[in-house]
Amino acid sequence: MFKASSSSQTLLRASALSARIPRPYRAKLVARSLATVADPPVRRYGGLKDQDRIFTNAYCRHDHGIKGAMSRGDWHRTKDILLKGDNWIIQSIKDSGLRGRGGAGFPSGLKWSFMNKPGWEKDPRPRYLVVNADEGEPGTCKDREILRGDPHKLIEGCLVAGRAMNATAAYIYIRGEFYQEASHVQQAINEAYKAGFLGKDACGSGYSFDVYVHRGAGAYICGEETALIESIEGKQGKPRLKPPFPADVGLFGCPTTVANVETVAVAPTICRRGSKWFASFGRERNQGTKLFCISGHVNNPCVVEEEMSIPLKDLVEKHCGGVIGGWDNLLGIVPGGSSVPILPINKCAEVLMDFDSLKDAQSGLGTGAVIVMNKSTDVVKAIARFSHFYKHESCGQCTPCREGTTWMMNMMDRMVEGRGHVREIDMLLELTKQVEGRTICALGDAAAWPIQGLMRHFRPEVERRIAEFRAANGAVGFGGLLKKDADDTLALPDNLGLRLPEAEAASPALEQPRA
Amino acid sequence: MLRIVSQCVAGPHRRDYSEKSPSQHTRRTTVRHLLGSRGRRSFSSTSSRGADITLTVDGKEVTVPQGSALIQACEAAGATIPRFCYHDSMCLVEVERSPKPVASCAMPAMPGSKVFTNTPLVHEAREGVMEFLLANHPLDCPICDQGGECDLQDQSMRYGSDRARFHEITGKRAVENKDLGPLVKTSMNRCIQCTRCVRFANEVAGVEELGTTGRGNDMQIGTYVAKTMDSELSGNVVDLCPVGALTSKPYAYHARPWELKNTESIDVMDAVGSNIRIDSRGVEVMRIQPKTNDDVNEEWISDKTRYAYDGLKFQRLTTPLIKRGDRFVSATWEDALAAIADGLAASGAKDDEIQGVVGHLTDAESIVALKDLINRLGSDNLALDQPGGNAAPVHGVDIRSNYLFNATIPGVEKADAILLIGTNPRHEAAVLNSRIRKSWLHTGLEVGLVGERADTAYGYDFIGEDAKALSNFIAGKGLFVEKFKNAKRPLIIVGSALAEHPDGKAMYNDLAKFVEKNKDKLVTPEWNGFSILQRVASRPAAYELGFVPSAKASKTQPKFIYLLNADEVDPKSIPQDAFVVYQGHHGDLGAQLADVCLPGVAYTEKGVTWVNTEGRAQLGRAAVSSPGASREDWKIIRALSEIVGVPLPYDDILEVRDRLWDISPTLVRYDVTEPTSQEIAIAGLKTLATQTGGAKVAGTPLRKPITNFYQTDPISRASVTMAQCTRAFVKGENYGFSQVGKGPQAAFA
Repeated sequence: MFKASSSSQTLLRASALSARIPRPYRAKLVARSLATVADPPVRRYGGLKDQDRIFTNAYCRHDHGIKGAMSRGDWHRTKDILLKGDNWIIQSIKDSGLRGRGGAGFPSGLKWSFMNKPGWEKDPRPRYLVVNADEGEPGTCKDREILRGDPHKLIEGCLVAGRAMNATAAYIYIRGEFYQEASHVQQAINEAYKAGFLGKDACGSGYSFDVYVHRGAGAYICGEETALIESIEGKQGKPRLKPPFPADVGLFGCPTTVANVETVAVAPTICRRGSKWFASFGRERNQGTKLFCISGHVNNPCVVEEEMSIPLKDLVEKHCGGVIGGWDNLLGIVPGGSSVPILPINKCAEVLMDFDSLKDAQSGLGTGAVIVMNKSTDVVKAIARFSHFYKHESCGQCTPCREGTTWMMNMMDRMVEGRGHVREIDMLLELTKQVEGRTICALGDAAAWPIQGLMRHFRPEVERRIAEFRAANGAVGFGGLLKKDADDTLALPDNLGLRLPEAEAASPALEQPRA
Repeated sequence: MLRIVSQCVAGPHRRDYSEKSPSQHTRRTTVRHLLGSRGRRSFSSTSSRGADITLTVDGKEVTVPQGSALIQACEAAGATIPRFCYHDSMCLVEVERSPKPVASCAMPAMPGSKVFTNTPLVHEAREGVMEFLLANHPLDCPICDQGGECDLQDQSMRYGSDRARFHEITGKRAVENKDLGPLVKTSMNRCIQCTRCVRFANEVAGVEELGTTGRGNDMQIGTYVAKTMDSELSGNVVDLCPVGALTSKPYAYHARPWELKNTESIDVMDAVGSNIRIDSRGVEVMRIQPKTNDDVNEEWISDKTRYAYDGLKFQRLTTPLIKRGDRFVSATWEDALAAIADGLAASGAKDDEIQGVVGHLTDAESIVALKDLINRLGSDNLALDQPGGNAAPVHGVDIRSNYLFNATIPGVEKADAILLIGTNPRHEAAVLNSRIRKSWLHTGLEVGLVGERADTAYGYDFIGEDAKALSNFIAGKGLFVEKFKNAKRPLIIVGSALAEHPDGKAMYNDLAKFVEKNKDKLVTPEWNGFSILQRVASRPAAYELGFVPSAKASKTQPKFIYLLNADEVDPKSIPQDAFVVYQGHHGDLGAQLADVCLPGVAYTEKGVTWVNTEGRAQLGRAAVSSPGASREDWKIIRALSEIVGVPLPYDDILEVRDRLWDISPTLVRYDVTEPTSQEIAIAGLKTLATQTGGAKVAGTPLRKPITNFYQTDPISRASVTMAQCTRAFVKGENYGFSQVGKGPQAAFA
């Protein structure tokens, strides 16, 4: 399962790609002419070495307890890091270029520095670090590996990050389903307390710090930071309006920062090995290493730590043994968990796995959960399944999300069998725009984006199904009503599209395929 | 009806823990549960008003206090912002340099920002939200009671699209209706999940059972385990509901809003003097709704105020009645008045043997007319319809601050420690109680109680229930003493029942001395923390007019008794041989005792003065005409005075009000409270201490004066709705059927 070494086979396969992505060794093959204006060396990302791995026990092959953790370098001179002070830690994180690993990719150093506003010392309220271990995004399973295999990295990270933001305590909110993970974390906390790493005078640094575990009860929305705070407070997990931001009024009304497990867990290593080391990976503004979780139609689904900006194709080919049925059998990839738009094969071959490249491709890195779909996939049904998920998980606070997710789900269900009118594709897209950006939290956006991605890249497929359904069942009106079922003796509204002349004309032969 | 929103939005606290301005955070963060409390309190301090900031709304510059929400700034600029609640995003506006439209109710106004409320983006956003709101809203407006006064209807007309796109074959959401009791009718299909009712129930009414279950589109409002909404303020959710999901059960299918005549008036079910709007059609009162008055009832009224109106239709006295043998026979006014004159002569009553008794629902004009009549007949025997009402009250009536709610009703929110004595404000002044709860929730208010334990909707320290407990408190014993001492603005609320209690004299004596001793905090030029909470609408006016017997008169056995709306009298207290006249609007207890009944009119049928517990005079207005031969009460007394030979010197209501002015100018200075000066208040306390000196303590425990909130006067006793409430909330569904299931019939069931 260890994904570090690259096989010669993958190298070979990679060279087939060289036509598109310039690679450093290609320059060597080309004979230099006299005009030696050297191209700037083109850097190729990926191929993280074993010694640069942060999560050395991600697969839980070794002892996850304190003994094993310390043998892997955890808790090594943590006291010295703590004694360097909050500014030093935050500056290190800023210099390392670490961006939040939970999906939004907000620069972590900046976020942590919001806790230390001028005059914060005069505020007598306690201050909290909340670690978001409510990993629920479909396709994502990276934090789980950290919690299970490297819980001490997280606990140490809590202490370091907590020191940076002068927090008094950390709450780790673990998804309810993660029982073993919660046990491992609790074990790590107990061990750390026993070893004097936590509690009063943590690590002998004179700094007091406590860590608590809080287990969730199974709601995706509790992964949203303010909903998570509400949930810890014992209320229904419903996002709060911002402002005030949690750094002002957060958990129990106190300054709070919510951070992803991975973000927190990499902090001690960054401090120990230096921000330059961390920043040496990945492209500018997307530095570092990251856990990627690849699932779906690959030969070898896995969670792997890789350099940021690794080409998506490399990631799939190198670590997962390629797409089932070969790269050409690929239909599309969702590169960052269920809430980002799907990419078709041509884009998949080009993009790099980092925030900016995927954003340029009109998708997103999200949590780094790569969902691979080959041609055996019913892509409309797959996206409809996402819509079901978001409908189920919408908290119901904001009208656009509550009503919109249900409506979109119903429409997507009809699109799966093609029971609809071609005009409804555009209406569906309009609905997604009506949800997007009109809600408190990002769940509305997350529900809208996959549908937008589907229609952007697979619209002909949806239109084909509509045409097929029409051919089999006759004209279909808006909302899915069949003309043959329409009872003309009843007072049916005349806006159902049943008598539209275009409805008759919309046959696949006449329909212009759209880009 | 949107004021709950503005209250939640603009009020300092939306959530327990959040505040509008980060710089003014609370210093105490612990969540505490008090005494099995019903609520969770936060300890955020009330934020002080910050500096003003200036921003631009639709090109117009406005200045608002810092910390205001954007919606307030927009309103200040004259831009109307639609809204249902917090998160349904109808209140979206566009802010310059913001990528997406922002919810104006949540966004604090920032200095210098440019806001647009009338751009294509805003219109499109609102239209979109409206479409989503209507997607699952049934199209039953024609049979919906909210029709015509529905926020959703209005806003969809203004902001919605002109055609529908929702045609899903899966149809609309269906939600089971909930049983919230005899007052609130539910039609949950119509619910748009704005959670206003939930927030009201939790934050104002203290019914924490109401909440949301489920999530997303399956979210439902309810109590989870089926329970009725047992609150004396539950009717307010009907007003709050922006759609027809919660409507009034007694009013269901009775009228349409455009058929109703609205009359602004004053409520008489308690002594708060809530401002109401009486909606009538023809001669019938169809419903009663609150009228906003921030100094009195804010925007709430109690369920009794709102729903007792159907009692106005039953048991009414519509014609004068004269007792012949054991039966009443109807008579003309002339005969009835002559019969009274005859009865007065035949009874041989003279001087103090002629007694007038003023009941609960008597207006100031009738009180003064009766007082003048009795006085002119040579008597000083002016009794009140209350226990011990034959004698002057222990607190006297010479100094206003000894019987009024000196702190004023809005002043309750300024207090940081409240001592309740012999009162359960939840039943005696429900709307006032919600203020105490509000303050208790949002500030560090401490409450102590001397009296019978009650569910007050906030936590309190129980001190004891008799005179001894009070004297212990005054002696400095007990936990609450410290809290009361540390308070900056302490408040003592003395229930009206204390004056009726055997130990009332002793307790008033203790209190007067205590307040005088602590006058630096309790009686200052700005604050008078010694407040009497009256529970009966007529009583403050009666005290104000000096409607109390002289010492000699109170010992006299009456031979002629004039009961004016007096329906709480003890029948045994009426001498067998006395001639009794009853004047009132219902055939309740008082009428049964009478020899002659004179039909007066109820509060919805006359324009008269009501004085509330603060001493605030307010004018009620006639909404409907009086039934049958009934007449306005002061006119009846005026007519009778002519017949008995002592004509009163006023012929129209303005002259009566001149007479009120003679006695106390405050009675004609409407809608304001006139504070008693510090010197007079302290002099009043000294007098009170001397008058009540030397009383012996019997040790009888204090008891709640109201056992059944829903039936306290002839109107609410005649009301079917109130009877249903009594059964549902006070006596239980099986009241009167206790033998069912136990008897032999159960075997065959």
